[in-house]
Amino acid sequence: MNVSQLFGLTAAALVGLGVYGLIVNPQPLRKVLAFNLTGNGVFLACAVIAHRGAGAGMSGDPVPQALLITAIVVSFAASALAVGLMLRRFAETGTNSLAAADDAAPGEARTNAEAR
Amino acid sequence: MTTLALTGQSTPGGLLLALAVLLPFAGMLAGLAPGGRHAQRVAWATIVLGIGIVLEIAARLLVSGDALRYALGGWAPPLGVVLRADGLSVCMMLVVAVVVGAVAIYANGDFGTPPGTREARAPLAFWLLLLAVWGALNLVFVSGDIFTLYVALELLTFAGVPLVSLDGRAETLQAALRYLLYALIGSMLYLLGVFLLYGAYGTLDIALLAGRIGPGPLAWTAVALMTAGMLAKTALFPLHLWLPPAHAGAPAAASALLSALVVKGSWFVVVRLWVDVFGGMVGGSVAQLLAGLGAMAILFGNVVALRQVRLKLLIAYSTVAQIGYLFLLFPLAAQHESTRAVTGGLLQAISHASAKAAMFLAAGLIYSTLGHDRLADLRGAARALPMTLTAFALAGATLIGLPPSGGFLAKWLLMSAALATGQWWWALVMLLGGLLTSVYVFMVVVRAMEPAAPGWSPKKQVPRYQQFAVLGLATCSFLLGLAVLLPVDVAQIGRTVIPQAGMP
Repeated sequence: MNVSQLFGLTAAALVGLGVYGLIVNPQPLRKVLAFNLTGNGVFLACAVIAHRGAGAGMSGDPVPQALLITAIVVSFAASALAVGLMLRRFAETGTNSLAAADDAAPGEARTNAEAR
Repeated sequence: MTTLALTGQSTPGGLLLALAVLLPFAGMLAGLAPGGRHAQRVAWATIVLGIGIVLEIAARLLVSGDALRYALGGWAPPLGVVLRADGLSVCMMLVVAVVVGAVAIYANGDFGTPPGTREARAPLAFWLLLLAVWGALNLVFVSGDIFTLYVALELLTFAGVPLVSLDGRAETLQAALRYLLYALIGSMLYLLGVFLLYGAYGTLDIALLAGRIGPGPLAWTAVALMTAGMLAKTALFPLHLWLPPAHAGAPAAASALLSALVVKGSWFVVVRLWVDVFGGMVGGSVAQLLAGLGAMAILFGNVVALRQVRLKLLIAYSTVAQIGYLFLLFPLAAQHESTRAVTGGLLQAISHASAKAAMFLAAGLIYSTLGHDRLADLRGAARALPMTLTAFALAGATLIGLPPSGGFLAKWLLMSAALATGQWWWALVMLLGGLLTSVYVFMVVVRAMEPAAPGWSPKKQVPRYQQFAVLGLATCSFLLGLAVLLPVDVAQIGRTVIPQAGMP
């Protein structure tokens, strides 16, 4: 297994873990962390692609790195917006779970209570 | 291949495309600096100027009969970024300009800061975000490469999410957060698809990519990731959960923007990808699956809309259903009926944009007049707001698809494409959807026509210009079907799949 494959598989694992966390966790903070995990997987995949450009005899491919820096800035701004919304919501309601009391499924009720 | 070689160069008037994107953002920054009541004036100046630019772009497109292109900094693809506006983009830019103008007139009432009143944060945020949504949408429509599309979509999300929670209530904050999370995972999946395509084909430019791409596991993975991401952002069934609370909870002017325009941005990206990038390789069962989700959305959205007790939630579920129609074009466009299906889908997007904006604004006026929007108690609304209820009915007729509305022409084109390609089941779904839509539109209109209780008086007199803005928008959507009288198929001008010699 060469370096590209190792990083490629790591990227796939990160994306998978992130998507899983995003779906199963009812708490928004964990969802945002999971989103960041997915993001890191995607960025790692991009870095692997840049590295493969080096395999063609060049000293690395600069285009994916330019894309990468843009994407990192965008995802940082997205996380900041999400955290801002969460803080405001916590200030309003004192709770930080996305499962509201009225639309929580019966199975979710317990986790919801714990989250509070 | 000559067209491909030319795609890297700017055409005369190409700079207008950059201006159409830059101007709203420049206006937003210019409005933020003085803040307060000045933001509204700056926004209005920007909107008037921006509509002028979009009209000029449309005129140039019609005169030249070819797509406008602008290579940023003079760099040609694959390294440079090209803005490109074909018939599809220009049609969408026109309708966005019209809806933004009408929403701005309406918002003068709800988010105006007349002299003597205190400046508040919500109006400032609204006017700036209105410009941001406009700029981001224009960027979606003119992007010539898939990474610029990603950036444009993120800008659109960042502008749309705060619009949901303008009033800062806990429910709307929750709706905004849920919307943001759906949108974020959607854009991450899209981004992964972009990186995979770049890794395999070494370019991000849509025209170059379309020439290089071929069926294979990697291309299929990229299609799946990018499409799934966009479906989450467009709120196609079953990823629609975030939409009704977000669109129904926002103030009326913001709901109109979100429901009419913002969801169309990510839909437009799916059309770009499936028709222009992967045109030759997707189709068959995958397109059937996409349209199947659309059909489920039509049935589910309409049935749930029928069971709502509040007007704004009813309209929001109606959006869930109407988004379904937008996805019926894919199996039809995959076959030889491509032109008719794409034009039909575009018309559906345009007529839904104008009709749904009119509906949400009408609901906003009804809410101000009655002090609530409970469906069971709408009586008296028609007496107090005859123009607004007419607008609601006209917009409803567009959603149902009665002639001569834009919705009628769109469904006619889609249905004839469905029958011509032997896919009668999609025509059946469209008919059934129209029937269900008519039930809830008539339900609202009939209840609002009931005479008011004796001694009842409106909670608030709404200004007449707001009513005229809503009626104007609804009339636009109702008369859009007359587009069939146009001498050329504007939507197809400058499309890469069509030889240039064939267009006037």
